Order: sequence, then structure tokens, then C-alpha cells
Amino acid sequence: MSKPKVAFFDFTSCEGCQLAILNLETELLELLDIIDIVEFREAMSEKSDTYDIAVIEGSFSRDKDLKRLTKIRETAGVVIALGACAHIGGINSLRNNQTREDVQRIVYPDNPTLYETNKKALPISGAIKVDAFVPGCPVDVKEFVKVVKNLVLGKAPGLPTYPVCVECKMNENVCVYEYGKTCLGPIVRAGCNAVCTSNGGVCIGCRGLIPNPNINSQKDIMEKYGLNMDLILDSMNLFMTEENKAGQEQAPCSPMPPKEAANG
Amino acid sequence: MGETIKIDVNHITRVEGHGDIKIDVENGVVKECKLEIVEAPRFFEAMLKGRHYSEAAIITSRICGICSVGHQLASVRATEDAFGIELTKQNRQLKTLLDMGQYFESHVLHVYFLAVPDFVGAQSVFPLISTHKDVVLSALKLKKLGHDIGDMIAGRLVHPIGIIPGGFTKMPTVEKLEEILQRIKDARGELLNGVALIKTLTLPDFTRETEYISMYRKGEYAFIDGNIFSSDKGEVSYKDYRKVTNEYLVPHSTAKRAKFSRNSYMVGALARFNNNYEWLSDTAKTVAEDIGIKPICYNPYLNTVAQMIELVHIIDECESIIKDMLSSGLKVEAPVKPVLKKCTGVGAVEVPRGILFHEYTFDEKGYITEANCVIPTGQNLQNIEDDMKAIVPAALGNRTREELTLDMEMLVRAYDPCISCSCHLLDVEFINDNKK
Repeated sequence: MSKPKVAFFDFTSCEGCQLAILNLETELLELLDIIDIVEFREAMSEKSDTYDIAVIEGSFSRDKDLKRLTKIRETAGVVIALGACAHIGGINSLRNNQTREDVQRIVYPDNPTLYETNKKALPISGAIKVDAFVPGCPVDVKEFVKVVKNLVLGKAPGLPTYPVCVECKMNENVCVYEYGKTCLGPIVRAGCNAVCTSNGGVCIGCRGLIPNPNINSQKDIMEKYGLNMDLILDSMNLFMTEENKAGQEQAPCSPMPPKEAANG
Repeated sequence: MGETIKIDVNHITRVEGHGDIKIDVENGVVKECKLEIVEAPRFFEAMLKGRHYSEAAIITSRICGICSVGHQLASVRATEDAFGIELTKQNRQLKTLLDMGQYFESHVLHVYFLAVPDFVGAQSVFPLISTHKDVVLSALKLKKLGHDIGDMIAGRLVHPIGIIPGGFTKMPTVEKLEEILQRIKDARGELLNGVALIKTLTLPDFTRETEYISMYRKGEYAFIDGNIFSSDKGEVSYKDYRKVTNEYLVPHSTAKRAKFSRNSYMVGALARFNNNYEWLSDTAKTVAEDIGIKPICYNPYLNTVAQMIELVHIIDECESIIKDMLSSGLKVEAPVKPVLKKCTGVGAVEVPRGILFHEYTFDEKGYITEANCVIPTGQNLQNIEDDMKAIVPAALGNRTREELTLDMEMLVRAYDPCISCSCHLLDVEFINDNKK
């Protein structure tokens, strides 16, 4: 059996996830035993008209990108959304809390409509069918390798469905609520090994919600600790503006076996 | 000559982000000479509006995965400036080390993997793996050192976690500092091998006088605090950065441009080298003399060489900072909590690609009411285009279309316009593939 061909593409993003992947060195080598990378604009001049798996970083924020996205969808058997921007809209979707006119006016006051942009920055599932995702900002490279391996083997991506708190506890951190800090750990999907809380930070929700999160209970707990409610609501919008709006039942935040796609 | 040349490079490869080069010469007359930036607009300044001060660095980090350390430093410095938080000696050292970790990652990849292939006539770094294998491997080692410095200080180098306004949420351990110190010492030899390689390259002989803008702080090669320095106008307070950057829009670029005393100016390694040469470490100066580059140097292709000299300086600087931290002893410093008030602050930081500015205005509850970020690559765009406009007419009749295309691509790459390290790390895989 020949190795599946994998192509990387980027849309509205910081390209940090591709960077993170290309830093993984030994794990990438293992991955290359089972796949062939045929296109990676930042990485190589070569391009390919055919590929089996498309890995897409970035949000969908311009209609003119739709044609390219559609072509990718038609070509690839499996489309993977890479990182928070592609998965849930991520930091780009923060601007969806304002109108397009406002954000254009603030950034380009002299000529607000000079550059094309949609009303909202959406996850890739807002433009085309997405088969799987690798969450995070940036992605956890080991998890990326795991998801790709699983998909190549015809299995479900195998992302954890438990919250960051589980990993945080395993790392023996003192709960940041005890320090009066706002943290989204109880409702956000694990898999990052609680990297932020383990480095003195808080969970900012870059990996999106766990399936069926009890958001009301989360708010209750945070209120019980006397935490600033405005900050809590703010932090839930940081990466998850679109996910919060979409509600809990929609596909982007449920565990997705390859064939149950998210659609936008 | 009456030449007619059309050059249209779509999505220049081996640079971070999407840029196109367009050149149109009709009957010997240059009609168009443009560097187009076709990246989607992101609206970060709008996103920041209404956000709490504690989130500013988290948000702006996401402007760029490759430059995330720089954005966090500029963001935190702007917030600290607004609330009047002074840097302690240790805080200053940690921030400088973090910045230097980023320089390792960024400069090493640009010099070794992005620029060098052009100069040795290769399409990418891949062929270098067989011809210059030791150099490639040592570059990977140096890059890893940058990442590990970032991990030590802030949890990771891509979107760091540990740096917040007023200090750090974690501290390096003595053991870790000692380990990094040893690796920095080992890195010096590797870097000097790279210098030897750089010396063998033939760089395009092109000069155009322009203005150089960098950070300036008397007595040091400034990285994380200081004023602005213009090679034309001298020192300008960092608070007055808008007087220097004067941002404006052009239709063919979603990135804003800048100009000060002339039509354009340059920021980045060559600008710092030109403006701050006297504060380079002795080893770095020796290397510069050895290569034969001295200020003020007007050849933009030598930006790559200036980056190499900076790496030598940074090795020395890292070593001296870590030694000082170890001998002074690490102190537990809780991050300073800002006393909230209506205020405005500016953060100016030298990041690998040049001087970066963030400015925030806060309301009395610590929420941002206005934000402004001025990015190094944006400041360089007009200068690149002005170089192109100087190179193309002189090349007509002397260079073929292909040669001229390569000249232009090399020029753009020399400026290191927010380059993605990614390209070249694919090389890791090839090194090992070849071994199999």
C-alpha cells in the first residue's frame, strides 16, 4: 500500500501551528514513515494536484478564499482543521463580537473598505465540510501526530473528551481558583497536558469546549470563588466566540469520527 | 535598450506569509515595480478594544506564530509603561534572555536555511545537507537552543505562557540555567563555523543610501528598552514612535507602510548593526571585521550577514546574563500588580525583524480603549520596493529575466520578511531520510 499523501494549507492565521509541527523533529520522522508530505507552501516549492489528506490552518474570513477551500475539499478524502483558528475560529473570531464596519474603521480608518473581509471570521467548517480537527493554539504536536496516525489507520481521531482539569491535577498543580484567577480548565478539552496552568498561567480555552460541558456549573464555581464575572465571560470569548454562539450541540465541539463532519 | 520584461512571482516561497513581486518593464521603461502583500487582514487592533490588560499579550501573541515572543514582549512592555511598572534587574534579564531565545530560532533559520541556499545557487536547504551537512546539523542544534531558552523562561517559544505584565509566572531553576549556560558555550564554536561559511559567499554588490531605524540605549546593544534612533535624525523618544512610523496605506498591500525622514526606511539586523555597532561584543566586532562589513553599510543583502554577527553578540550576551544571574542568585519576584487608572503606554522592543511598537490606552478598570501595533515587516516594505526600483533599471540589458527574478527574490528574503521557520525544518526529515 502506498503512503497517503498529505498537503498543508493556510488561511487567516499566524502560521504558528505549522511552525509548531515543523519543530517536532523526531515525532515528525515517525509520522513520515506512514505519510508523504506533498505540499507545504512555507516549507517547499513543490506543489501537488493530488493528495489524500488536507491539513488546513487558519480561519475562513474572505469569500475569495472559498474557491481554494472548495478545491481542497474536492481533492482531499480527509480534511483536518489544524489549530484553534481552523477548528473553532480561534482568536480571529474575537472580532465577531464587533461589526465588520467597526473593525475596518478601527484598523484602516483612512480607507476602511480597501481590503476584502467577511462579516465574520469562521472556523474552516464555516466554508467546507471538515472531517477531523487538532485543537489548540498552538497545536500540541504529539496530538497532531496521534490524530493523523489514527485517521490513516481508519480510526477515530482519539481526542480526549475530559477537561483540562484532569491533566492539571495529574501534574499536581494547585488549582488557580485558590489564587483567585480565572481559568476555563473545567470545560475545555484536555490533550495539552495542561501546559498553561503548569507554567503559571490559566486555561484560556484555546482547545474549545469538551462535549456537553456544564457551563452553568462552571460559572457557579467561579462565582463561588468570588471571581470577576466579566473576566470569566471575556475569557470564554477569547478563542471560543463562535463556539459559544453555536451552542453545545453543534458539531465543531463534539468528538468527531472521520465521517461525521462539522458543517458550518 | 527597449527591453520588455514582465515578472510576476506569485506567493514568494521561503518567506512567512503571502507576498507577490510584480515587475513590468515596457520598451526599456520601468512601469511597475511592486511588492504586494496579499495576506488576509486580521484586525487585531480592533480585537483588543474592550479587552482586559491581562489578555493583551495573549491576544497579540497570535499576530504571528514565528514572532510571538516579540509581540508578547512589546505588549507587556506597553502595559508596564502605561501603569508605570519599572523593570527590576532580574525581570530585565529574563525578558532579554527570552528575546534572545527568539533571535536564535529566527536568525538561525533565516541565515542558514532561507538565505544561504540562494547564495550557493540551491533551490532550498536540501542540497546543503550533502554539501554542508555539519552546518545544517549545527544550525538545528542552535535553533533548539533558542527553543529551550524560551521553554525555560516562559513555558514555550511559540505563544509563550509565562510572561505577564509586571513579571513572570515561573522561574528558571539553577540547574536549568547551568545547563543552558553550558550549551551556549558549546554553541559559540558552532556559530563560528557558520561565520566561516558566510565568508565564502558572494553577496550581490548593490548599495542604496537609506535611513536606518532601531532602538537605542547608550552603553548597550539595545533589545527590550530604550529610545528610537534614526541614522538621519538621531534619537527620538520611544513615546513619540508615531512621529517616526507615520503609517499609511497603499492599495496593493494589506500591511501598512511607514516613512520618516525619507520615502522609506529600514529596520532589522542591518539597521541595528549600523546604529549600535559600538555596543556589539568584542567577538562580534572581530567577526564583523573579519567578514569585512562595517557601519554604515548600505547594502540590504548584507542584512543576513548582520544577523550572523548579532548571533555571535547574543551568545556573548546570554552567557554574561546567565553568569550574572547565577552569581547574584535567583530571587522570587511576584509579578507587580498594576494599580488601575486611565493611562496610555508604549512598548518598543527590538525583535529579530526590527523594531516593534505596541501602544495601548486603558480605562480606569484596566480595559483597552485603543490599541496600535506597528510591525517591523510593514516598516520595511517601502524600503524593499525602493530597492527594487533602484535595481531593476540598472539591471536592464545586463541581467536575464531569470537572473533578475532571482535578484528580486533574494532581496525580499534578505529583509527576512516574517519568515516561517517551517520551510526549513522539513529538512530534518530529509537528513534522516537520506541516512536510511
